[in-house]
Amino acid sequence: MAEHLHKLEIFRGLIKFKSNQQKIWGVLIFLSIVTAVEVALGILKPEILLNKFLGLKLINWMFIIMTIIKAYYITWDFMHIRDEKSFLKNTIVVPLLILIPFLLFILLVEGSYIFDVMLGGFKSWNF
Amino acid sequence: MQASSAISEKTTSGSWGGGEKPLVAGYGKLMMWWFIVSDALTFSGFLVAYGFSRFKNIDSWPIADEVFTHFPFLHGVDAPMYYVALMTFILIFSSVTMVLAVDAGHHNNKNRVAFYMLLTIIGGAVFVGSQAWEWKNFIKGEYGAVELQTGKILQFYDLEKNKRIPIDEFAVSLTQERLTHEDNVGLWYVEESKLPEITLDEVLEGFNRNPNITVRLEAIDEKGKKIILNREEAESTISSATRVVKGANLYRNEYGNPLFADFFFFITGFHGFHVFSGVIINIIIFINVLLGTYEKRGHYDMVEKVGLYWHFVDLVWVFVFTFFYLV
Repeated sequence: MAEHLHKLEIFRGLIKFKSNQQKIWGVLIFLSIVTAVEVALGILKPEILLNKFLGLKLINWMFIIMTIIKAYYITWDFMHIRDEKSFLKNTIVVPLLILIPFLLFILLVEGSYIFDVMLGGFKSWNF
Repeated sequence: MQASSAISEKTTSGSWGGGEKPLVAGYGKLMMWWFIVSDALTFSGFLVAYGFSRFKNIDSWPIADEVFTHFPFLHGVDAPMYYVALMTFILIFSSVTMVLAVDAGHHNNKNRVAFYMLLTIIGGAVFVGSQAWEWKNFIKGEYGAVELQTGKILQFYDLEKNKRIPIDEFAVSLTQERLTHEDNVGLWYVEESKLPEITLDEVLEGFNRNPNITVRLEAIDEKGKKIILNREEAESTISSATRVVKGANLYRNEYGNPLFADFFFFITGFHGFHVFSGVIINIIIFINVLLGTYEKRGHYDMVEKVGLYWHFVDLVWVFVFTFFYLV
């Protein structure tokens, strides 16, 4: 069955697994390590990472990047996007890559704008 | 006559005759993928709305580490995030057993598919149970606080021990005549919500008698820490307190901004509902595997489709975990 052939290398070919099952365990170990690092950072909160960078704390940028890495490996290896035709891959991934950053940009910019209005203005309310 | 038969021959042979799979995936799998795309956009809408509210209240948002501090069997121990981390791991692990079930399905190995499906169902059930427990702790609350006329929350802080102090530790119990109004003893058309176990007067009396207690504001400083007032400021601020708040509901909560609890209930609730329905669908597929439905059919594509849904639920949790608990 040609549909069930798996691409067995991750990290751009750095690690190549012998079977699909081995790859699954390998990805689990990788995801667990990333989660452990996230939790450790969340508990320790190193002082140096609390500085702001591009509007967010450095530590929050790290959390977001690690989350996207985890999301990539869940979709690519657990959901087998890696083994799908590139057309199918793109119909799924491209709309999300366009729409989500768009939504994020608009609402976060508006959110900080309203914060500034509340801070500088003489009104404050909760909506 | 001749022309139309030529057309029909052309349209029923080759690529036009059906049976082609340009994306090398069955229609059920494609539909599951596109459902996931739309559901992903729904969840992004919720999380971005959370981000909007948070950016709008960037100087006063509750600190998640202080809210989710419980671990089963470790009562009173301050364990921020350990339990959510464990839940995350449980969900990722159940995702792994799901991939293993799909893999076993590709080898048409009925017993192994059933075994891994069962592990996945157990993992999912444990996760939903954990979430219910988190909700319980969140609703019940721990320290308690008072609400001011402005709707802002004041939490209490012990200056001697340098940590937060629960209201029941310092509140002075006063004899009180006031009972909760019930419709069988008074005006039947007048309703009243349950009176708090500790009244505002008791909290204020306790506050006045303990000069080492002060209050913490909702507002946070540049370092992300809640601002603690000194005693004189605290005394003047607390004079406008209107009620005691313990735990959380959709209107107010002891952690700070009501929107925090609203988004918590809505987003984790919506995700929990996805996990719950995922468990139900997994059970249906599991029963079908046991009955041999897919063995007779010759392929285990259904397992792959529920697998996709299940991984998606895991994927969403990864984001919820980051934005609710870490960031």
